[in-house]
Formats: sequence, C-alpha cells, structure tokens
Amino acid sequence: MPVFLLQRFGQALVAIFGVMTLVFFIQRLTGDPTYLLVPETATQADIEAMRRSLGLDQPLLVQYANYLWDMLRMDFGRSYVQNIAVVEIIASRLPYTVQLASGALLVAFVIGLPLGLAMAIWRKHPLTNALMGFVLGAQSMPTFWSGILMIMIFGVWLGWLPPSGSGSFAHLIMPSIALGLLSMATYARIARSAVIDELSKDYVRSARARGVGTGRLVTRHLIRNSLIPVISISALEISQLLAGAVIVETVFAWPGLGQLTVQSVQSRDFVVVQGIVLLGAFVTISVNLLADILYSVVDPRIRKGSRA
Amino acid sequence: MSALTSKLKVMFRRPARGGVPVGLFVLVLVTLVVVAILAPLIAPYDPNTQNLLGRLKPPGSEARGVYYLLGSDELGRDLLSRAIYGARVSLAVAVLSVLLSGAVGITLGMLASYLGGWVEVVVMRLVDIFLSIPAILLAIIMVAVLGPGFVNVVLVLALTRWPRYARVAYGQTLAVSSQPFVRLAKAMGAGPFHVLFLHILPNIIAPLAVVATLEFGLMILFEAGLSFLGMGVQPPTASWGAMLSVGRNYVSSAWWIATFPGLCLFLLVLSVNLLGDRLSEYLNPKSR
Repeated sequence: MPVFLLQRFGQALVAIFGVMTLVFFIQRLTGDPTYLLVPETATQADIEAMRRSLGLDQPLLVQYANYLWDMLRMDFGRSYVQNIAVVEIIASRLPYTVQLASGALLVAFVIGLPLGLAMAIWRKHPLTNALMGFVLGAQSMPTFWSGILMIMIFGVWLGWLPPSGSGSFAHLIMPSIALGLLSMATYARIARSAVIDELSKDYVRSARARGVGTGRLVTRHLIRNSLIPVISISALEISQLLAGAVIVETVFAWPGLGQLTVQSVQSRDFVVVQGIVLLGAFVTISVNLLADILYSVVDPRIRKGSRA
Repeated sequence: MSALTSKLKVMFRRPARGGVPVGLFVLVLVTLVVVAILAPLIAPYDPNTQNLLGRLKPPGSEARGVYYLLGSDELGRDLLSRAIYGARVSLAVAVLSVLLSGAVGITLGMLASYLGGWVEVVVMRLVDIFLSIPAILLAIIMVAVLGPGFVNVVLVLALTRWPRYARVAYGQTLAVSSQPFVRLAKAMGAGPFHVLFLHILPNIIAPLAVVATLEFGLMILFEAGLSFLGMGVQPPTASWGAMLSVGRNYVSSAWWIATFPGLCLFLLVLSVNLLGDRLSEYLNPKSR
C-alpha cells in the first residue's frame, strides 16, 4: 500500500497548494484586493492604512509568499466586518452544515441505492419506467424550487413541518430531502448501471446455475461487487452537497456555512467567503483521497495493480 | 455534416425506452427558445411596468385594466410577461457560457494532449485544481470579486466550467492522435492547428456534444441559482431565479409567484437533460 498511497497523498497536497494559488489570483482579478477586504464605509486614508498593514503595497511575489505562509499556519485572516477571526466564524456554522449534509446523504443512500438495485433487477417491469421517470425528474429539479414547494405544501398548507429555521429534528427533514434529492437520483442511476454491468458477468450466471436465489445473489455477490462506482461517486456527491447547501440553506434559513457564504457576499466580507471556498476545496480533495484509499480496501486488485 | 443530421434523424425517430417520445422534449425546448426570441411580441405586457394597485393578484384576476393570467408579483408586475422574458435570460446565459467555456476548454484540452510537454502539465494540473473547488463556490467567490450582472455571470460560468470540456477533449484527442489519418496528415506537413481543428476535432465532437448538452442544463440551473441568491442578473431584469427568490418571501400569501417560474425552469432543464441522456445512450450503445 505505501507507494500507491504516498503518491495519492502527494497529489492531494499539490492540489491544495494549487487551489490556494488560484484563490490568491482570483482576489486580484480586479487589481487591488484591498477594496475586497475593507468595510464599505472606509475612507481613503483607512484604505491606505489597511493596504500597508496587510502588506498589499509590497511586490506580488512577497504578497504571495506571505499569503501561503498564513495559510500554512491555518491563519485565514480576520473578518473586518464582524471583527472576529474567520476560523471562529466558520467553526460556529460548520456543525449545521454537517448535520444538513449528513441528512441529505442519508436520504440519498436510503432511497437511491435500493431504487437503483430494483431498477436493475426488474429491468423489464412496467413499474421500472415510472421509477426511472421519478429519478430523471429528481435530477432536473432545481433545489430552490423543490424546497419552496415543500415549504408551501408541508409547512404552510398542511402545517406538518416547520417551514424554516433550525432547532429541532423536524427542522432538518425538508432541507435534507431538498438537498438529497439530486444525489438520490445520481445514486439510483449509478447503482442501476453498476448492477446491470455485474448481472451480465459469468459468476452471476454460474451462481444462478448452481441454484442461488435472487435474494442471496444480491446480498452475497452483487452488492459488494457494485460498490466501486458507488464509492467513487460518493466523493463527488459530498462536495456537491457542500455546494448545494448554499442554496438550500438560503431557502430554509438554515444557519450553516451556505447561508454564511451568501450573507458574507452581501455584506462584502470577502475574507469569510475565501475561507469557505478553501474549506470546500480542502474537503473535496480529502474526500477524493479517502475514496481512493477505500477502493483499495474494497477491491484488492487495485492495490496489487499499483505495485506493478 | 449531413452524416450528423441523418444520425440525429435516426435518434429522434426511435421511441424512447420509457415510452415518452423524445419529440415531446424537443418540442418543449423549441417552444421555449421561440418564446425567448419573440418575447416582445408574445408577452402581453411590459415585464417591468409596476402596478401598485395590482400587487400580489392571484392568477386569472384583473386590476386597473391589466389581466393577470398567471398572477402578479409584489410590485404588481405581470408574472406571465416576466416568465416569458425570464426565458431570454436563462437561455442567453446558458448558450453564451456553454459556447465560451466549450471553446476555451476544448482548445486547451486538445492542445495539451497534442503538444504534450509543459503545456500538458500546466493545463491538466489547472483542470485538476479548478475541479477540486465545488463549482457553485468557485462561481460565488468570482462574483464576490467581479460583482454581479449579466456579462459577469457569463464570464464567471465560463471560467468555472471550461475544465469539464478540457478533460474530455484531452482524453479523446489522446485516443485519436495515434490513428493513421492523423499521422498521415502530420507527415504531409500539416501544422498543429490544421490537424487539431480539421482532422481531430470532427472525430471527437460527439462525446463533447454530450458534455455540452449536460452542461447546458447545468448552466441554466447555475444562472437561476446565482440570481436566486441575488448574485446573478440584477433587478429589475426578469430572471426565473430572481422571481423564485421573491416567491420564497411570499410563500404563505402568494403561491403563484414561485410556482410558475419554477415550473418553467424544471421543464427546460428536464428536456435538456433527457436530450443529453438520449444523445449519450445513442453514442455509447453499451450503457443502454
């Protein structure tokens, strides 16, 4: 395992370094980043003072080195709007987004995987077409519209669930469904094509010939062998959920990172936006790394192949 | 080109697996495109004319001589007219950003694969870096720097999405480059641009078309999402995303504001996605 994993780890580090560099250049898309960092009410003298104190009057390379050094020390700067360290602001919101993303992932797994399996096994059944229609619909549903529709139906008309906000388990239900619907569709489709792929293989035919029933075939053989594509798509889905949270949290007034992102853009609190983007990229890269490690656990062939 | 059109004909003649004819979705798409182009002729009223006595009127009601077929919004503007003009914004942003990101991504991807060396390293590392930032977050941080508005949204989406095309173009070019007709063209003295755009591009355009179709649906959702968050096309310009954001605030008193633009958005994206699916199934028969 060491060579393969060390290689992947090195790649991940390069990617993180690249993301930081990219964000550094995005800051300078309009020239002087000072204007992004000062409060809107700042006077010209304030801006000059800020530029010097942040070291933004120095050569670009020096600025870049300083920026990287700050990032390495986990110093993401201070919000001048709220006068709090960015790390603290993000830490206070993070638990909410983790809750929401977990809820969404649960919805996606619990509905999506069995749905995909069913669509693959009963491929010819007329009900399968209806299920496929549902999956395709879920895939094209804008999260902000499905969220608003749910608020309208279950929050306002039926009054079953709190329309927005946070504080109880009931508050989590609708946002999780809204956020998880798209991933659910992805899981259903991936699981379906993975199982269909497996079904055509020789071991399935010989198991059938030995008289193995459908139930045992699925639990003993198919699920494990179809896991690889599911794991690899999970890495992608988790980062999608983080991004999707921006809109879902705004719809449901859920006080997580997504809502923080939107509020920070509105109040021109650029340092916070930058911190969230770096965190999002860091999570994406780590999750991808984790998925690669998991493959080699699930499928020993990958481990062996890397040695050769 | 005639080969492509005849292929397309075959593709649309065959009924879809789900029994839903693909023609239906082509129809939805074509209708919305026509509506978007002819918006000033079709829309019953000006989309930005306010009518403060006709605020939040339900569908099918009338106020001060204005008939609101789909109701009115918080400023008494006709929602039908706004939905019609909203189609313009959605489609224009999607078309422009797909063209721009596609052109940049495909060119860079092909060059990276064809030239190799440092160009390959730089371009493909850049692709990896861009793809490791969740797309919406990348778009938001760029809007935070550049500011919102129509042109900036197109630019930001193009800047965010080019790596998708670059990655596919890179892989496909790699596969085609070693084939005899490419080697022959090179041997006869064709320059890199001649080989890339006249010999390689026509052979890799099919998978890229699938990517472009799926990206088109995604761009429509991204524009609506950014406008929903107030970072996209700015008011008073009608955009489905911005209309949904208003509808969110009136969800308990005026259900119609969010319902109709959401429905338009859903139907448009559904049609585009289904066409993309058909296209990719048609081009990779194995996935059927």
